[in-house]
Amino acid sequence: MTSSSPRPPSSQGPIVRWIDERLPIFTFMEHELNDYPTPKNLNYWWNFGSLAGIVLVIMIATGIFLAMNYTAHVDMAFGSVERIMRDVNYGWLIRYVHMNGASMFFLVVYIHMFRGLYYGSYKGPRELLWWLGLIVLILMMATAFMGYVLPWGQMSFWGATVITNLFSAIPLVGDPIVTWLWGGFAVDNPTLQRFFSLHYLLPFVIVGVVVLHLVALHTHGSNNPLGIDRKSEKDSIPFHPYYTIKDMFGLGVFLIFFMGFVFFAPNFFGEPDNYIPANPLQTPAEIVPEWYLLPFYAILRSVPDIAIPGTSIVFMEAKLAGVIAMFGALLVPAALPWLDFSKVRSAQFRPIYKQLFWIFLADCILLGWVGAQKPEGMTLFLGRAATAYYFAHLLILMPLVAKFEKTRPLPESISDPVLKNEGGE
Amino acid sequence: MSESVKDSDQGDDGETRRDFLTLATVALGAAGAAAAVWPLVDSMNPAADTLALSSIEVDLKPIETGQRITVKWRGKPVFIDHRTQAQIKRARADDGAKLRDPEVDKARVKKAEWLVLVGVCTHLGCVPLGQKTGQPRGEFDGWFCPCHGSHYDASGRIRKGPAPKNLTVPTYTFLTDTMLRIG
Repeated sequence: MTSSSPRPPSSQGPIVRWIDERLPIFTFMEHELNDYPTPKNLNYWWNFGSLAGIVLVIMIATGIFLAMNYTAHVDMAFGSVERIMRDVNYGWLIRYVHMNGASMFFLVVYIHMFRGLYYGSYKGPRELLWWLGLIVLILMMATAFMGYVLPWGQMSFWGATVITNLFSAIPLVGDPIVTWLWGGFAVDNPTLQRFFSLHYLLPFVIVGVVVLHLVALHTHGSNNPLGIDRKSEKDSIPFHPYYTIKDMFGLGVFLIFFMGFVFFAPNFFGEPDNYIPANPLQTPAEIVPEWYLLPFYAILRSVPDIAIPGTSIVFMEAKLAGVIAMFGALLVPAALPWLDFSKVRSAQFRPIYKQLFWIFLADCILLGWVGAQKPEGMTLFLGRAATAYYFAHLLILMPLVAKFEKTRPLPESISDPVLKNEGGE
Repeated sequence: MSESVKDSDQGDDGETRRDFLTLATVALGAAGAAAAVWPLVDSMNPAADTLALSSIEVDLKPIETGQRITVKWRGKPVFIDHRTQAQIKRARADDGAKLRDPEVDKARVKKAEWLVLVGVCTHLGCVPLGQKTGQPRGEFDGWFCPCHGSHYDASGRIRKGPAPKNLTVPTYTFLTDTMLRIG
């Protein structure tokens, strides 16, 4: 929004001009799409932001139609979902798109975030852009969790029980908070109804935060694989048509992947237990959250009692320590722009960080695997090691690397390596 | 007498009456906003009808010695265990064992043969196994939680595993020798 002053649309009929004078939406679109200068070297990892936006729209659209047939009541919820699957025209399709869409949303957003980590997109002047993204992630987790409760199957009920019970770990006020969350003395009808209400509300809150995310993005423009600022007109191309067409192509590829699951393996990401109606008197043999929450679930379960060494005095019980670690895992990345104070953004020019990035990615995947296992023996040890590394990477290694790493020289400009014919792969 | 209006308006430290008024207005506004939000927050607490359902009566006559039954109270399972003499003896013998949440068996029952517990694991809220014949009862002949492996003894006390507390004893009274009110 800084580069050029707003100008009226290039092709303007009298109606467009009449509207634009009163409500400058055409000027706005012209400015944010046609004029918006974008680095010309963006690779395919930059597709995932717009993909996330499109999946959000798909989720809201399918969700609205599901809500037309869903009944938020403990006696009817499970049956109403089965009715959607069997009797409502194309209900099966809408539900499978919504169900698998949740997994796709997290997949796309996680790739989007790791792209930001690799190319240093979180660094100044994009710190708030990064924060807004983290807020979206936390809102997505809350929304997905509550959505998973709505079909009122066994995994819905027991997942809700375990997750809401986390809050009972809070000293003193824990139990009243849990009762307040439930609206009763257990996960029950009031819980289901408020989860439905909030599951409908939060996506629109996400839309609001995404709008702010875009405002922050357009203030300084996209980062790029070289991680250096645009210096001249030569470094930029207009967003439209160059990146609109690239985003459309990426969308096509992504939809093949997405619809592959919807049509050929619709329950791939699901748990069979969730097709058993909720039974408050019987816990399933194993309670496993959806895959996208597994790394955080692993951290929750890995933390032991925190005791004063050499004594049996427990300073903090495992339950509370685990909850703090889990929320910490979501909040510590907010400090990343300051923990990693290296001036060089892109890992292409940071030989040590580049390796740490891949180790960190592997660590997160390992945590995800551990989260799906029983926390015993070797798995418990792996979980603890991976949890320790997760925090060590962010809190210890990042500042150390920023301080001691010898970075490679940066190119003069974005077009420089191309003009000198060095930048090709 | 010679003070101007402006002088009288201003204290020694440069603060004015206007600052005070602004502060007072903001404080009152904040209090008002909090008062307006409270009904919304409190509406999420258990409603009157939910609270009204908070006690149940159980007939103990058909429960034989050694039998365990589960009843639903406040949406949660309550375990009623008609303990045998051997189980009572074992529970009392363990009073001196190393307990994470120390409590003697006598303090956990009103009549030794009737153990009444909220059947919710104090770790993360799963329902422990051991109520039905054939289900694992854990290493201490009590209950075993399958979620994260907590073992409870014949008094419902936590003995092994991640749970921090003993199974809760709900408030209950014996209306007659064979009629129990929970809640």
